[in-house]
Amino acid sequence: MTMAEISVFSTLFGFLLAGLWGRSLGVGLTNFITITAMAISTAASAWLFYDVAVLGHPQTHMLGTWIQTGGLDIAWALRLDALSTVMMLVITSVALMVHVYAVGYMHHDASPQRFMAYLNLFVFCMMMLVTADNLVQLFFGWEGVGLASYLLIGFWHEKPSANAAAMKAFVVNRVGDLGLALGIFAVYLHFGTVQFDALFAALPSVAGQVVSFAGYTLPVYDFVALLLFVGAVGKSAQLGLHVWLPDAMEGPTPVSALIHAATMVTAGVFLMCRVSPLLELAPLAQQVILLVGMATALFAATVGMTQFDIKRVIAYSTCSQLGYMMMAVGVGAYPAAMFHLFTHAFFKALLFLGAGSVIHALSHEQDMRMMGGLRTVIPWTYRMMLVGTLALSGIFPFAGYYSKDIVLESLFASQGSLAYLSYGVGAFVAFLTAFYSWRVIFLTFHGKPRADERVMAHAHESPAVMIFPLLILSLGAIGAGYVGYEAFVGHDREAFWQGTLAVSQTHDVIEAAHHVPAWVKWFPLEVAALGIALSWFFYRYNPALRRRLVDGLGAVYRFVYNKWYVDELYNFLFVRPARALGRFFSSGVDAGVIDAFGPHGAVALSQGIGARLSRFQTGQLPFYGAVLFAGASLVMLYVIVRGAWV
Amino acid sequence: MIGILSVMTYLPLLGVLGIALSGSDSRARLDENVKVLALFVSLIVLGLAVYVGLHFDVSGDKAATFQFVEHFSWFPSLGLTYHMGVDGIALCFVLLSALLVPICIVASWKSVKHRVREYMAAFLILETFMIGMFCALDLVLFYIFFEGVLIPMFLIIGIWGGYRRIYATFKLFLYTFLGSIIMLVGLIVLYKTTGTSSIPDLMKGAPALLSPSLQGWLWWGFFAAFAVKIPMVPFHTWLPDAHVEAPTAGSVILAGVLLKMGGYGFLRFSLPMLPQATLEYAHVVYALSLVAVIYTSLIAFVQTDIKKVIAYSSVAHMGYVTAGLFALTVPAVQGAIFQMLSHGLVSAALFLCIGVLYDRLKTRDMDQFGGVTQVMPRFAVVFMLFILAGVGLPGTSGFVGEFLVLIGTYIVHPWVALGLATGLVLGAVYSLWLYRRVMQGPMTRDAVKALSDLSRREQLIFAPLIVLVLWMGIFPTAVLSVLEPSVRQVLSPYASNPSLVAPDFSSPHHALDAPEPTLPHQDEHNEKGHQ
Repeated sequence: MTMAEISVFSTLFGFLLAGLWGRSLGVGLTNFITITAMAISTAASAWLFYDVAVLGHPQTHMLGTWIQTGGLDIAWALRLDALSTVMMLVITSVALMVHVYAVGYMHHDASPQRFMAYLNLFVFCMMMLVTADNLVQLFFGWEGVGLASYLLIGFWHEKPSANAAAMKAFVVNRVGDLGLALGIFAVYLHFGTVQFDALFAALPSVAGQVVSFAGYTLPVYDFVALLLFVGAVGKSAQLGLHVWLPDAMEGPTPVSALIHAATMVTAGVFLMCRVSPLLELAPLAQQVILLVGMATALFAATVGMTQFDIKRVIAYSTCSQLGYMMMAVGVGAYPAAMFHLFTHAFFKALLFLGAGSVIHALSHEQDMRMMGGLRTVIPWTYRMMLVGTLALSGIFPFAGYYSKDIVLESLFASQGSLAYLSYGVGAFVAFLTAFYSWRVIFLTFHGKPRADERVMAHAHESPAVMIFPLLILSLGAIGAGYVGYEAFVGHDREAFWQGTLAVSQTHDVIEAAHHVPAWVKWFPLEVAALGIALSWFFYRYNPALRRRLVDGLGAVYRFVYNKWYVDELYNFLFVRPARALGRFFSSGVDAGVIDAFGPHGAVALSQGIGARLSRFQTGQLPFYGAVLFAGASLVMLYVIVRGAWV
Repeated sequence: MIGILSVMTYLPLLGVLGIALSGSDSRARLDENVKVLALFVSLIVLGLAVYVGLHFDVSGDKAATFQFVEHFSWFPSLGLTYHMGVDGIALCFVLLSALLVPICIVASWKSVKHRVREYMAAFLILETFMIGMFCALDLVLFYIFFEGVLIPMFLIIGIWGGYRRIYATFKLFLYTFLGSIIMLVGLIVLYKTTGTSSIPDLMKGAPALLSPSLQGWLWWGFFAAFAVKIPMVPFHTWLPDAHVEAPTAGSVILAGVLLKMGGYGFLRFSLPMLPQATLEYAHVVYALSLVAVIYTSLIAFVQTDIKKVIAYSSVAHMGYVTAGLFALTVPAVQGAIFQMLSHGLVSAALFLCIGVLYDRLKTRDMDQFGGVTQVMPRFAVVFMLFILAGVGLPGTSGFVGEFLVLIGTYIVHPWVALGLATGLVLGAVYSLWLYRRVMQGPMTRDAVKALSDLSRREQLIFAPLIVLVLWMGIFPTAVLSVLEPSVRQVLSPYASNPSLVAPDFSSPHHALDAPEPTLPHQDEHNEKGHQ
């Protein structure tokens, strides 16, 4: 077994062992097995990261043939290059911490074995996704993480709301997957392969070709890129297909941290970076990506301002941060997108696990209106959450500062009116982010306790098994930006990425980003500070003014609070019509038309004729048989005569 | 003269004879003996089928031809011949049939209590007809087996079925019999015009001997039988009723094998023998397939009878099959066949899952369930796995079939593929909705609280299906490589056809690189046809 196989498949073994025999193995042994599998995978990934990305030895391990027929040749393979090993490092390190945390968090649950098994399954699928050497294996991992997400959101399957959220996540993701699948088909049609290297080599062959599509013509590059992007919109919860992510918070909190913040939702960004050579040839698609990213960042940040469920606020902030990453992709700043993905994984996982610790302390209370004053009750959680929040709001020298700044600088540096607009929106979102993330801190930890006394009496700091992962992740939230800067987006970036991320021939955005005016670099930090100050003002200093403001904004506030009514819109546009159509087809068409004119009609007709022609209508079956046979014989005669004639 | 295929085909009849002759002093003992005997016979048949599979030449010179051929004169006065043989396509369906029969017998072990002898005999007769049909290489033989399947199926639903079984059998009979009669006319014309009843000869020579207009007539004649059988919208309404009334094992065979006879018919007759008509009318098939996928998926979504959901989903899945077959590219046709095999396993398993629930609660109404996962965790895993295979999750056999159909269709008709692909979303909607209502949520009903998890016998039924569904999903190449030479043979009339838009890329990955046509040129077709 090679190191690559160990890193990917150890969690598959963990999943099978824990999933099949978890019940008889017991909780302790299952925890041991799944965490060991995870630790082995992490160690192997770290070694591979060192070997591949640091020492510069990219490699591809062929495992076997998957689908091979009629010119299609799809392999099972593990592709290790700078891009995939960075992802592996992020996935395994966060996942290991989440596994350890889950031991404490799920301690009181009825079936923690099943939970740990699903976590292992998720990691396996995610690793298959990022190490895929072709688009179809990527699709395998892509749908696999979707399945794991479905299973984990609906983990508490006796809860109807959890089941609804799980199903919503799967179905909405499937809409995106539909786009990705069509993108894969289009890649095969136009480039004759689905393997990445062959695809990139074949890119020049379709230069100038167009696809006619519903009256429009699009260059092949843009057409294919947009289809693939639809998949990314679904998985990375971009505006339009974002509706599943907030609901996904029905799952246990470790899941939210791992899947719906740090790893799975970034798969869309990863996919876009993976096909960056294609995107570089698709300027129209890039503009669409930039616009969608911008809209997502803005939309999610506004909604995040108004929510009271602590996990939903963080979920919307994830959505918003993914918008940042997509914006970076849209201007061709792939290293910046990956850098933000990297740092975000640590501080967002930290924030979610911190929120989980709060929820754990308050006997599963998630509403921030029922919190407050927890600073002294759960001091360690408070400190860790502070670190995460500082990182999220982009305060120097925390991780988010470095990555968010390079994203915004790249936006500015890419030039053009759309780019400047996106910089402005990005800076505004940075302001909103600082505001709502500190709102969480103030509402949760400061002020007087609003929980009832019984809950407060039980409130306690989480056990060491939960605090330890927070400490490790907070190291990432503090240091990941500073440590990674030079390699990801600084002077060493070309040596580090080894050509896995495309760089525009005419305009190297990242290089240009280093030479933007000083105010461009300072502005995001200034608005973030302003956001924190305003948050303090409204939530600590003068809450009465805030309430008056909310009342005054009335309709606007309700619009934002109700998440721009997107769910209601979709319900009206898709869900209810689908049901109505189904009912109409079922009783109206199938029974009402096809059966009525088909078999029932034939019976009625023959009964009518039979009643007139025949007096002894006792057995029906022989009679119909006879009618049928006579009719068929006539047809037969006709055909034979005609056939001989022709 | 008599070869292994005939032994395989008629061995179950020998079993029926054994059942007829068996006797015992006690009724229970007798029933038990009959079950054991039936199972034993069906397992031998399965063993023989596996033997054929292992000795089938997949890569040599004979790969694309019919193998294990038995050919001799039967009724010389009528010019009839007895002709059996299998190519890669038939082999896979024979294996599928031989696998499902013992599973059906074990699945009925406890649930069938009256007329056990007749029940087991009916299944063995059914096996004879099914395997015979897939092996038959003579028109008359094919027709006898094709029609023969109806008789035991008719009895199984009519005698051991549910409350409205007479209505369901009647509808089944009306539709399939009418279709078959029209096909019979077609077979007679085919025989009269070409002078041969040998299917391999017809596959090679028929296009040259049939005028385009006659091809058209024949095409519709075959269409009548196969479109009803598979079934295509709007000839599908017999299927939900038949499924709902059929006993569990009847549904398993119905969904697992009988529907596939329609697809197999298209592959044996319409595609290779009537290429011009196929190209001319392919758009009709696309249209009906698209309607099938979207229309029946929406219907499945609003059903409350669990069995109807799966029945309608079968029609949707067969929509992929028909579209894939008539896309006429190697990946699409491979995908269509793979989808049929996969659906044979997956839908069979889903009907078995419903049977597990029905055996316990005697109802198929979704509202009577809810929260079953809590009392039947093992069953929940099994059911989930097959639901996922049904929605085509990668790693299961369902994905490979759908993926190949879609990609093979996309390269010639992107719009058709786009329409079909909506099934990816719609399928997830009705499948997960079904699972959610039956298996998840709070457990409120007392009857549900008393449910017991899968018994050993039930686990034994599902085990081979689980293994096969995963194996075909992860290593499908084994099956695809058996199919590929035969598929290329079926598609050979289309290899040089300009009306099939071949994707324009110079790389070695060419989607339509079927072998050179083995048929005479098109100009000669018409001349011969007019003689």
